[in-house]
Amino acid sequence: MKFAMEPGMANSSKQLTGAEILIRCLHEENVEFVFGYPGGAVLHIYDAIFHQDKFKHILVRHEQAALHAADAYSRSTGKVGVALVTSGPGATNAVTGIATAYMDSVPMVIISGQVPTYAIGEDAFQECDTVGITRPCVKHNFLVKDVKDIAATMKKAFYVAASGRPGPVLVDIPKDITAHFCDFDYPETVHLRSYNPVTKGHLGQIKKALKLLTEAKRPMVYSGGGVVLGDASEHLFKLIQSLGLPITSTLMGLGCFPASDPKFLGMLGMHGTYEANMAMQDCDVLLAVGARFDDRVIGNTEHFLSNPRTIIHIDIDPSSISKRVKIDVPIVGDVKSVLADMNELIATEKPKQNTVELASWFKQIEAWRSKKCMNFAQSSELIKPQYVIQKLHEVTKGEAFVTSDVGQHQMWAAQYYKFEKPRRWINSGGLGTMGVGLPYAMGVQLAHPNAQVACVTGEGSIQMNIQELSTCAQYQLPIKVIMLNNRYLGMVRQWQEFFYENRYSESYMDSLPDFVKLAEAYGHVGMQITKPSDVEGALKEAFAMKSRFVFLDFITDQKENVFPMIQNGKGLSEMILAEDL
Amino acid sequence: MASTARHIISLLMENESGALSRVAGLFSARGYNIESLTVAPTEDPTLSRMTIVTSGSDEVIEQIIKQLNKLIDVVKVLDLNDGKFIERELMLVKVKATGTFREEMKRMCDIFRGRIIDVADGSFTIELTGSGTKLDAFIESLDKSAILETVRTGASGIGRGDRILKV
Repeated sequence: MKFAMEPGMANSSKQLTGAEILIRCLHEENVEFVFGYPGGAVLHIYDAIFHQDKFKHILVRHEQAALHAADAYSRSTGKVGVALVTSGPGATNAVTGIATAYMDSVPMVIISGQVPTYAIGEDAFQECDTVGITRPCVKHNFLVKDVKDIAATMKKAFYVAASGRPGPVLVDIPKDITAHFCDFDYPETVHLRSYNPVTKGHLGQIKKALKLLTEAKRPMVYSGGGVVLGDASEHLFKLIQSLGLPITSTLMGLGCFPASDPKFLGMLGMHGTYEANMAMQDCDVLLAVGARFDDRVIGNTEHFLSNPRTIIHIDIDPSSISKRVKIDVPIVGDVKSVLADMNELIATEKPKQNTVELASWFKQIEAWRSKKCMNFAQSSELIKPQYVIQKLHEVTKGEAFVTSDVGQHQMWAAQYYKFEKPRRWINSGGLGTMGVGLPYAMGVQLAHPNAQVACVTGEGSIQMNIQELSTCAQYQLPIKVIMLNNRYLGMVRQWQEFFYENRYSESYMDSLPDFVKLAEAYGHVGMQITKPSDVEGALKEAFAMKSRFVFLDFITDQKENVFPMIQNGKGLSEMILAEDL
Repeated sequence: MASTARHIISLLMENESGALSRVAGLFSARGYNIESLTVAPTEDPTLSRMTIVTSGSDEVIEQIIKQLNKLIDVVKVLDLNDGKFIERELMLVKVKATGTFREEMKRMCDIFRGRIIDVADGSFTIELTGSGTKLDAFIESLDKSAILETVRTGASGIGRGDRILKV
């Protein structure tokens, strides 16, 4: 028996079902991967997927992982990530992934199934108000109520997701709509009267900014995730080289400027370097590029503002400007376009710089740098987590894609893996979602099948999406998991040590599985490393297994803390350094 | 602390389901005040016009405007306080109209240039339009025990003269 709604049973040769139309839209958008999980409301869509082979569907083990994998696919390629989930629990499981992408402005299109239109509002099986639930954590969302609207809605979704300040866009499609028939016509262009993101920056403002930067005595550049998202690294590099400015980067911006360049002062913020934070505090002209003066970045706002400086801010999102800190010279525009204009101005006008002052400013910066704030006490007994990251950097020659989870290991990865290129460092900076690391590595490895992909994680975070070991086996993803296992929720423990008199409330990880056996149970290679002298060898051995997923369980020093550290409410120049304790 | 002021924000948005909750959700999510919010379709049925009365420092109001502009369904936003504008609100008040109250209510209604739009044995319903402060003043001037029920629409605003909010 055949059902009328079965794909391929079109009522005329030209007409397609909603499900088929949806798939054709994804083809039109040149989608390579769809990360998803089937369920009742999306069965028509999955049947249409069965009949196509233009994109590959990646079956995850939990919808949250589908979202993270699609997110990392996007972060590492710059393309729009696509996820597909069913109604109700499928959609609610996806919410963490959507919110994670939203906070870090990652372009994604999420397709969620919905109960049939006639059942909406009747508390149907697996019904939830997906559009309502996701509204605060998407750039935009749609509920498609007519099969004729699918193509135009998908076109809008991809356009809105990728343009302006990027972000996730959700398209909720009731099941009956995916079975209805209509002609397929994918629009070539899209126009939304209410949405016209700015691209070009105001030339007058750009000139003003350049004048301030060249006349500055103590200039400083602060780059953020917007440089990565806007593919503006080369333009930023050119600007920094031609003006010879010191530069720091946020957690999200790492890799947008090569870490090995002497003008790079390392990451700034709560766990930033001494030199970056001091220069940020003491500069007289600050150029912020695609960054948003986050609380983890500038510390106490009043303290930050206590030192007067002129602030120039380039950002595509007008609402990022003067949100937390008053901006003197705002430049709204696409970071790449604005920096290109700035570079062109430098080339034509050859502005004179305050070279004497700039030299003495660098002398000051070198004095701060000489504190060597990233030094840590090496041990021959216990594996220091920082040491593992240093060796990871060495063994992978600094060329790996590194994903991380959230916590101490994330900060150590950010501090000790010196990123030279953008889109290599994939982590959840805004929402701080534990459990992203492994699914992030999946998305990255699928996008870059021949690249080295390392997932730096902790024994807490990894267990938040451990089921994905199965997905990694199914698609034979040769990810290397670098787990820094300190038997604590390390960052929680660190705060409890500092601010709660060592009362380690619920931060100890007891009853851990045997991770080696666990990895092996999924058909992967598992290794446990307990001695510092074995760290390098284990990493080399793991990365030599080019086609295998290797899970490395590094038993690390339990009491190691992340330094430098700015306590909550303190200012940028009020860091605690490792040497202070 | 920066001083806070009352602002009337007018906006045009796509007349689509969910658009109102995007605006209302934005205010609650970011902790902005809403004193009142009115919305209805315009002469162009694809557009709705909303008037939001809020309060905040200049910085907060600037953020509110920017955040509203960021919503994909919002077509145009105008802070009416940036220029001259007119503000009107409609109130319906049901008051006791027995004994001496009956004459008293009629007189108060005339003073405030309201209209009695429903008459019953024991009550009048008075319609009154004006600025929010005028409506407040009317309520203040009534004997509290005489007020049976009130309903207010919230403010609607429009710019004076050439200030036009249109697509």
